[in-house]
Amino acid sequence: MAHPGAAKTEGGVTQVTMPQLGESVTEGQISRWLKQPGDEVKKYEALVEVITDKVNAEVPSPIAGKLVEIKVGEGETVAVGTVICTLSVSGEEPAAVDVGTPPEVAAPADASPSPQLVPAATPPPAPAAAPPAAPAAVAPATVAHSNGQPADRAGRASPAVRRLADEHGIDISQIQGSGLGGRVTKRNVDEFLASGAPARTALQPAPALAAPPAPVAAAAPAPPAMASGGDELVPLSPMRRAIAEHMVRSRQTSPHAWCATEIDMTSVVALRAAEKERFKAREGVDLTYVPFVIKAAVEALKSHPEMNATFTADGILRKKAINISVAIGLEDGLIVPVIHGADQLSISGLAHRLSDLATRARAGRLTVADVEGGTFCVNNPGTFGTILSAPIINQPQAGIMTMEAIVKRPVVLPGDDIGIRSMMFAGLSFDHRVLDGLQAAAFLGDVKRGLEALGPGTMIY
Amino acid sequence: MAGLGTHKTVETSAGQLTYIQAIQSALRDEMERDESVIVLGEDVGAKGGVFKVTDGLQKLYGETRVIDTPLAESSIVGVAIGAALNGLKPVAEIQFADFIHPAFNQIVSEAAKMRYRSNGDWNVPMVIRAPFGGGVHGALYHSQSVEAFFAHVPGLKVVIPSTPYDAKGLLISAIRDPDPVLFFEHKKAYRMIKGEVPEGEDYSVPIGRARIAREGRHMSVFAYGLMVHYCVAAAEQMEEEGHSVEVVDLRTVRPLDRGAIIASVEKTGKALVAYEANRTGAVGAEVAAIIAEECFDHLDGPVVRIGGPDVPAMPFSPPMEDFFLPDTERILGAMRRLAAY
Repeated sequence: MAHPGAAKTEGGVTQVTMPQLGESVTEGQISRWLKQPGDEVKKYEALVEVITDKVNAEVPSPIAGKLVEIKVGEGETVAVGTVICTLSVSGEEPAAVDVGTPPEVAAPADASPSPQLVPAATPPPAPAAAPPAAPAAVAPATVAHSNGQPADRAGRASPAVRRLADEHGIDISQIQGSGLGGRVTKRNVDEFLASGAPARTALQPAPALAAPPAPVAAAAPAPPAMASGGDELVPLSPMRRAIAEHMVRSRQTSPHAWCATEIDMTSVVALRAAEKERFKAREGVDLTYVPFVIKAAVEALKSHPEMNATFTADGILRKKAINISVAIGLEDGLIVPVIHGADQLSISGLAHRLSDLATRARAGRLTVADVEGGTFCVNNPGTFGTILSAPIINQPQAGIMTMEAIVKRPVVLPGDDIGIRSMMFAGLSFDHRVLDGLQAAAFLGDVKRGLEALGPGTMIY
Repeated sequence: MAGLGTHKTVETSAGQLTYIQAIQSALRDEMERDESVIVLGEDVGAKGGVFKVTDGLQKLYGETRVIDTPLAESSIVGVAIGAALNGLKPVAEIQFADFIHPAFNQIVSEAAKMRYRSNGDWNVPMVIRAPFGGGVHGALYHSQSVEAFFAHVPGLKVVIPSTPYDAKGLLISAIRDPDPVLFFEHKKAYRMIKGEVPEGEDYSVPIGRARIAREGRHMSVFAYGLMVHYCVAAAEQMEEEGHSVEVVDLRTVRPLDRGAIIASVEKTGKALVAYEANRTGAVGAEVAAIIAEECFDHLDGPVVRIGGPDVPAMPFSPPMEDFFLPDTERILGAMRRLAAY
């Protein structure tokens, strides 16, 4: 569960905002409302499921009360800090005011984008002090004080934006805002004008001529690909967008070098075959090849601290902890949770952690902590049958290792015999700023030796 | 004599002067050029001033032009006003801006009003120099920023340079000005800030004109004195983060360069004012008011002030002093919030 939804209470109405579910997370998508308007909610009871580009989470209710209004529908994506619903405090009827009234301009100091739990604001004037006959007259002042919420700004235009829009005859709603709460900023307008975007809208297919131009096409930074008949534009999910950004950033950040080695897995195959039934019965989880490979990688990392490192402007930061990121494929993307303290775990322990992370990843129940802090990545594309793949580094790590399909092959053995062995390639993409081929190859060599040294009799618990 | 003369000026490369050397240079040049220029203040003569700004002047120009005064600021300014009315061009030093308050009446009620009340028959061509500002562990009585008191008063000019070039050029203009000018020198800048100053060249910098310290497109930041340097450093970081920040060095805080302020905000649409004086009622508030009045149609965000907190003084304790004095990080935070607005 996420932290309770950030909340601000005014006049008996609590506004729940989109929480920040990770350091770099700026927006979230409403997946599913678990409560409907009119439903009673307990404090900490889950209100809504939220998808961010990192994790899925339930937002618990910050108070006990009743759900009054849902402000963001399922499937919609909003910025962190946006009001997603309002609750009435138990025992208090909501004030008869439109809490959705766009707040007046707030000083940015008040409009912190980080939705910490906002302490209840100064209570409105005591009823005794207000003319009892005119509660409505008091209400607007209450609302005016509830600013500081960046919500509802998408439709508001600053004087500068309004003037520019008038001067250039543009419709502000055509522009995607990057400001607080989605506000269109002067810079957005300037860049929109500089991009020649209004002219570009004329390139829309003829039938759209009379219709307002699509905001997405107008705001897209890249020249819009012309769609022809039958093409389908799939909107970016938060996860897809995050993957796209991470991949581009990683490729731009690290000069990727790649190497691979071939590992004789015959004895590991034998070890696993001997143990897997018993393991499943005893431990309740499957014994796959992955924990063996992670174990070998962890041992190799202990002897190669330069591989368990991060490039920084001040130097190579060698990480003390060995936290192994593992890529878990999902239907609509990929998530990379972390086995923290992997060097403290046995093969059995690694198998448990993997099983737990994979189960929760597929159920969308990873927490932010689950996906942060990785120091090296082990990826298993072999499960899909690949024999060689060149992965992209999971920043800010220095390397990512793949384990490929284990395939029986005729192999020349010592003494020039030919045997049938279970062979596996292991590939390594590494940040060439951090280390060079010599160390990378030595690391892979240690992984290879580590795996080939396993066999029936190896302790896995 | 390294180590002995604790206030000896630091070595600089040719053409480069420290902020304090630039002020010394302006004083020497003007005293050389114009015999009516005199210097007076506490310990300005034999000692050469506590910061050594007037070091050597008494040897060069004698005790009648470089005058050690009693510890009485009201009399320093009163004497300077009298001298100015009688044809001299006094440059009075107040040892620390914190000590200027006893002279407040002389400055505000006499010097500032002389031309007005004499219907233009009399004028006071006087400069009052004073080191101001904190960040040097000067504690309560050696850290104050007093410019707002005087920026409120018609009849005064208030000048606060941030660079050696401007320090010299503006002090020359101040000495040549026919009316009273308060010239505040940031004491932390004295030996920290170095820059090009033309040698042997008669130049001056006009009072009342701001300077664009750094050009930018997305946000205007207004500052003066030491804060200009912090703002430029923060702006450079912002550039790396994709925001182009313009830094305007006000240089004169009375009269403010309204044209430069308005032009910059009309260009960028966002404005931040940084100053180390107490936040409320400071020069930055006036800058914000000009922007609100004149630039409304160009504003794309709230006008933001970042100033010293409204606490009575800058304490000695280093963490408390740090808490008081806006620094690059704090300015950067305000810039980021405004950029994100």
